[in-house]
Amino acid sequence: MSVTTTSRPAAAGTTKPRPGALADSGSPLVRPPAAAHLTDEQVAELGRELDAIRDDILSKRGASDAAYIRRMVKIQRGLELSGRAALLVSKNKGAWVAGTTLLSLSKIMASMELGHNILHGQWDWMRDPDIHSTTWEWDFVTPARSWQHTHNDLHHRWTNVVGKDRDVGYNLLRMDPDQEWKPFNLGNPIYNALLAPVFEWGIALYDLEIPEYKEGLKSKEAMLKDLKSLGRKVVTQFTKDYAATPALAMLTGSGKQALVGTLTANAVRNVWAHAVIFCGHFPEGTDTFTEEMVEGETRGDWYVRQMIGSANISGSKFMHLMTGNLSHQIEHHLFPDLPSNRYAEVAPRVREICQRYGLKYTTGPLLKQVGSSWAKVFKLALPGKPA
Amino acid sequence: MIRLRRLANAASVMTTPFTPEDFLALFNPVFSSRQLRGVVTRVVQETAESATIFFKPGRGWHAHLAGQWARIGVELDGVRHWRSYSLSAAAGKNPAITVTNMGAVSGTLVRDTRPGDILFLAPPQGDFVLPEHPRPLLMLTAGSGITPVMSMIRTLIPRRPDADVVLIHSSRTPGESLFREELAELADQFPNFRLAQWFTRRQGRMDFSSMKEIEEICPDWSDRAAYACGPEGFLDDAEALWNQTALASPDASTEASGGCSLKIERFSTSLAGGDGRDGGLVTFESSDREVQADGATPLLDVGEDAGVLMPSGCRMGICHSCLTPLLSGNVRDLRTGEVSGEPGQLIQTCVSAAAGPVNLEI
Repeated sequence: MSVTTTSRPAAAGTTKPRPGALADSGSPLVRPPAAAHLTDEQVAELGRELDAIRDDILSKRGASDAAYIRRMVKIQRGLELSGRAALLVSKNKGAWVAGTTLLSLSKIMASMELGHNILHGQWDWMRDPDIHSTTWEWDFVTPARSWQHTHNDLHHRWTNVVGKDRDVGYNLLRMDPDQEWKPFNLGNPIYNALLAPVFEWGIALYDLEIPEYKEGLKSKEAMLKDLKSLGRKVVTQFTKDYAATPALAMLTGSGKQALVGTLTANAVRNVWAHAVIFCGHFPEGTDTFTEEMVEGETRGDWYVRQMIGSANISGSKFMHLMTGNLSHQIEHHLFPDLPSNRYAEVAPRVREICQRYGLKYTTGPLLKQVGSSWAKVFKLALPGKPA
Repeated sequence: MIRLRRLANAASVMTTPFTPEDFLALFNPVFSSRQLRGVVTRVVQETAESATIFFKPGRGWHAHLAGQWARIGVELDGVRHWRSYSLSAAAGKNPAITVTNMGAVSGTLVRDTRPGDILFLAPPQGDFVLPEHPRPLLMLTAGSGITPVMSMIRTLIPRRPDADVVLIHSSRTPGESLFREELAELADQFPNFRLAQWFTRRQGRMDFSSMKEIEEICPDWSDRAAYACGPEGFLDDAEALWNQTALASPDASTEASGGCSLKIERFSTSLAGGDGRDGGLVTFESSDREVQADGATPLLDVGEDAGVLMPSGCRMGICHSCLTPLLSGNVRDLRTGEVSGEPGQLIQTCVSAAAGPVNLEI
C-alpha cells in the first residue's frame, strides 16, 4: 500500500475482512440513487478533494483553535457559576429569570459546543488532559463513555443506514418509510412531543442498547457495567440540580423557586437539543440508505453518504454556537473530529463540491428545518410510503 | 490540607460533572484536578541561548533533591509537548529550571517564557543526587550538563563547611559557559570548592583516553565519588575511562574504598527513528507481546493479529474509541504522514503505524 499525505489506511494486508474498514477502490453493491450518476473515478476524485480540505485545516490548526475552546470553557463555567448563584436567591423574580436563563445557556453550551465536540475528540490534538475525549464528562445524564460508543462509533460510521444506525428513530420513532409500520407508530407525534423535554433521559436509555442486549449482541457484563455508570451519573446529576441547589437556596427562602429554575433550565436545554439534533438527519431532502449501499463502500462513497444524509441549519453566528456548530451537520459528518470552530470556514468549499458533482446540499433556517422534521414524524405515523 | 479536600468533596456535589478546581481555575489558572501546574515568577537570561525559569508550583508538587529533574509541559502552537529539565535551584529553594535552546520546545521556553505564564509539571524525580554521607566529590560536566550539578553545588558549598568538591566544567567559550560568574565567586569565597573551566574552542576536547588530563587538575580523583553529566559522547568517553581504570586497579574500585565510582546522568537516549517508513518492533506492555510491524499497517491491526485485546471503533480515524497510551517510540499518522512520539500521548491505533520501535501500554 502506498502512503501519501492524503491516503487512508484500508483493510491492512487484506488477509481477513475487518468490520467497518473501507474498501480501497471500486463501488458499493448499489450506489445511492442521489449519487447514481457518479462514476467510481468521480467518487474517488471527490474523496480526494474532501481529504485535501481536511489536510488544509489540519495544517492550519493551532494556537488560535486552542484559545477558542479555552474561551468557550471559560464562558460556560462563568454562565454556570453566575446562573446557579442567582438561583440561590431566586425568591426575587429578576434573579429567577436571570438565573434560569444563564443556567439554560450554560447547560446548552456544556452539552453541545463543549460536551458533544470534546467527546468527539475534536480537541484531542492539544494533548491537554483537561480538554480531552478520554477524560471529559458532561452535564447530560448519559455517561460520556456510553454515548461515545453509540454516537461516535455506530451513528457516525453507519449514518442513516436503516438497520445499522439506530439513530434513525432511536428505537422509539418511525423515521423512515423502510422501517416496518406497526400500530404503535400511530403515536409517533405524541412520543416525540413527550421526548423533547426529557431528551437527555431518552438518550441515556437509548445508550444502554437494550435491543442489542435482548438480541444477544451485548453481554450481561457490559450491560451491568453500563447500568452502574448510568446509576452513578443519575445520582450525581439529580443531586446537584434537584437536591443540593434547592437545599442551599432554602437558606434564603428560595428553595422552591430554585427547584423550578433547575427543572426549567434542564427542560429548555432538552427541548433545544432535541430540536437541533432532529434537524441533522430528518428534514426533507436527507436520504437514508440500505445495507447494500454500504457493502463495498469506499472512502469517497462514505463521504457522499454523509453529505446526502445530513442537513444544515442556516443562521447567525450566535445560533451556530448555541447548536454546538451542529448547524454545520454536513461538515461535521464529513470531518467529525475537526475542531467545531472550523466548520463555518469549510462549509462554502463543501457546498461548492456538492454543486459541481450534482449532489444535494440540504440547508435552511431553523424553523423551516424543525417544521420539516416534525412533518416527517407525523407522516410516518401512518402506514405506507408517503410521496 | 485534609480539610480542604473535604471542602472540595462537598463542593463537588454542586459542580459535578466538573470539579471545584475547574471553577477555581476561572480565578487562578494554577487550579486543575488533573494536571499539576506552576506559574512562572521570574525569568533570568543566563547566556545568549539559555535562561533560568523560576516558578511557583501548585498543589501536588514536592520539594526537589539537589540534582533531580522534572517533566515540564509546554504548548507549541496549541499542542502540549513534554520534556525533562534538571532543576538548577538549591534544594529547599523555590524550584527553577535552566534551559538551553536546543530544539523547538527548549527554544520556545528560552525565548517566549514570561512571568505569569503557566507551566505544566510533573513532580521532581531522578537518582542523580548527592551521596547520603559526606564524601569528597569530583564533578565532570559539559555544556548544559552543569544544570543538575549546579543545584548540588548551590546546596552543598555555602551550607556545609565539611564539603569538598572539585568541578571540571567543559564548554565551548567563556560566553557560552553557564553560571560562570557565580561559580567563580563560589570558588573565591569557599576554599572547599575548586573550579576548573575547560573551553573546547581554545583547548580542544578533553582527552579521555587516559586519566592524565584529569589527574593534572585533580590529583586525588581516585579518592572521590565522581558525577558526570553532559552530552552522550562526553558521557560515553567518561564511562569508558572509568571502567578501564577500574579494571586496571580493582582494589581502588570497590565502593568500600570510597573512590573511583562514577555516577552518570543522561539527558536523553535518542530513539531509533529510522525514516519512519520501515516500521519496527511493537511491544504491547500489559499483554506482554512483541510483534514486528511494517510502516503501513495500523497498530490496531498489528495488535489484533497478535491477539491483543485492542479497543476499537470506526477503524477510519474518526471516533477515537481506539485511543491507547504510547509509552515510547514514534508512530506515524497514516493520514498525514506526520511522525510523533510523546511518551504518554494517546494515539489512534487505527490510523497510526510504527515508525521504529514502539511500546504501547496495553
